[in-house]
Amino acid sequence: MTKSINIAKLEARFQAKVDAEQKIEPKDWMPEAYRKTLIRQISQHAHSEVVGMLPEGNWILRAPSLRRKVALLAKVQDEAGHGLYLYSAAETLGINRDELFEQLLTGKAKYSSIFNYPTQTWADIGTVGWLVDGAAIMNQVMLTRTSYGPYARAMVRICKEESFHQRQGYEILLALSQGTEEQRKMLQDAVNRWWWPSLMMFGPSDAESTHSAQSMAWKIKRKSNDQLRQEFVDATVRQAEYLGVTLPDPDLKWNEERGHYDFGKINWDEFWAVVKGRGPCNKNRLKTRRKAHENGAWVREAAMAHAEKRAARQKEEGIA
Amino acid sequence: MDQAAALLDYVLRLADSNLVLGQRLAECCGHAPELELDIALTNISLDLMGQARSLYQYAAELKGNGCTEDDLAYFRTEREFRNPLLVEYPNEDFAYTILRQFLFDAYNQLFYQALENSSDARLAEIARKSIKEIRYHLRFSAEWCIRLGDGTELSRQKMQTALDDLWDYTAELCTPNATDQTLLSTGIAVDLEQLKAPYFERVEEILTKATLRKPDYEPFQQGGKEGSHTEFLGHLLAELQVLQRTYPGAEW
Amino acid sequence: MDKKSWPLWEVFIRSKSGLQHKHVGSLHAVDAQMALENARDVYTRRNEGLSIWVIPSSQIVASEPEDEYIFEAAKSKVYRHPTFYDIPDEVGHM
Repeated sequence: MTKSINIAKLEARFQAKVDAEQKIEPKDWMPEAYRKTLIRQISQHAHSEVVGMLPEGNWILRAPSLRRKVALLAKVQDEAGHGLYLYSAAETLGINRDELFEQLLTGKAKYSSIFNYPTQTWADIGTVGWLVDGAAIMNQVMLTRTSYGPYARAMVRICKEESFHQRQGYEILLALSQGTEEQRKMLQDAVNRWWWPSLMMFGPSDAESTHSAQSMAWKIKRKSNDQLRQEFVDATVRQAEYLGVTLPDPDLKWNEERGHYDFGKINWDEFWAVVKGRGPCNKNRLKTRRKAHENGAWVREAAMAHAEKRAARQKEEGIA
Repeated sequence: MDQAAALLDYVLRLADSNLVLGQRLAECCGHAPELELDIALTNISLDLMGQARSLYQYAAELKGNGCTEDDLAYFRTEREFRNPLLVEYPNEDFAYTILRQFLFDAYNQLFYQALENSSDARLAEIARKSIKEIRYHLRFSAEWCIRLGDGTELSRQKMQTALDDLWDYTAELCTPNATDQTLLSTGIAVDLEQLKAPYFERVEEILTKATLRKPDYEPFQQGGKEGSHTEFLGHLLAELQVLQRTYPGAEW
Repeated sequence: MDKKSWPLWEVFIRSKSGLQHKHVGSLHAVDAQMALENARDVYTRRNEGLSIWVIPSSQIVASEPEDEYIFEAAKSKVYRHPTFYDIPDEVGHM
């Protein structure tokens, strides 16, 4: 009885703090469900960064100029950094990176479904930068104001670094749009394939989203899925026009009354199929990650063993 | 060989070495044993690519006729690449990646240190910029050699296997060819003969710390600097050059 | 899973001469030297640093959030702040 009253009191205090826009820090009391939600969300986010290295990494070796190559390499490297910052933020919640990797590699944890689509041509690299990073940035800017301190701070750093990513992608597409007939076709084809999956990145519509309401109350999320999706569409149409590409949606048009673009119906069956593992690349992405992790085991162990040997030697020398 | 042809050949050798090794390291991006290591290897790759670009730009100017860095990187064939064989060796596992890096860095640091005194102002300037990055590469790869050599029994075996294979390709690094001879008299080229002793001294010092055994054969593979390569290079270039070759004349 | 995972380190960076080191994040490394190298590679890619400190996360001693009452005493000492004192504007900046 007293215990439940205490928890109710703690919860009320916690919520008051969140409502007052104060950040929750690692050692602060927090509801167990808040902690769990954060671990799930932050680690999903971290996994997305790390798995996201693969589709883009697919073109590093084939980048068509040295300038494009270094830009793409630096960008994919940033994704590794972002994964690292996010894993660190998750680790402040009492779970370690090995456990998080384990969840990813066994398929227990999810990552953004967008990375289960293949990067088939060079134009995909530009399109991923423009649309996928563009969509991600919408979400990430919102998350710089999330209620959990370490997550918010990681997002501030990530947003600062991300700022070149979308430009990098758009510049690739600009070059294609001003290029040969083949290059323009390549561009339109990539946009056709990436547009709808990019809209799906914001997650199910608000009515269907299971975690949304509670996450909004806890101020983990600050805007709803549909709200962010709308902002993304509104921002993207003009950029598409400048590129001279057609966004593959006949229902896309400006709605004067709403002050927003209307857009067509998303194929949620496809969305759920990919989430459940049936996307074109799900199996391969996990296989690749698992292989890297397993192939690296002897390296991680050896480095640790060496550090222990060295520490022991230093101790011995200290005694002698 | 005349001085101009020799200088172009020399600059391309340096550029190709960096590009090929940078490309090999870029293969690890997204696949390294740990995230921190992924980032570190990519940093080295980016340094090498950056140096390669400065060198290709210089070579393009030497060639003239509107030649660009990308023309040189994307439209030369296997037989025209001038890098030593060591850098094209594949990432069979992480031991190969680290040892290849160390065996090259140890040479590269000595080389670029000397190149700072080149009578060719442009090369001297590139060397001054590059040497700080290379010094860090060597620190990194030497440290990892020691860690993995003197780590677990398994890691020592893997490192020894890689060393036994890669050792063969160390001969070429400090062996001058006609290009070096031509440029030596004008003080443009580094005297490679002078690097040989300090190179092997430095390498053996680290191998000892890493508890690795120096292979008991004399390294002898040569030819990369004259465009005679291993089978590995053709595949690396096929991948690197595919878009430019498929769509000639396109701007990217 | 690995038998032993690499320990966690906290990273502090001096971004400019004259400024203090500031906490920027954390990373994993087997020892202090690797922690410094990793910090250089992870946290100073954009020229953010002149000097790095790394500290094993397990070595940090922190106050408890429940003990926030320990900061209460300072709140009432308004006379420690310049705005507590009334000085006529004519005197000028003081």
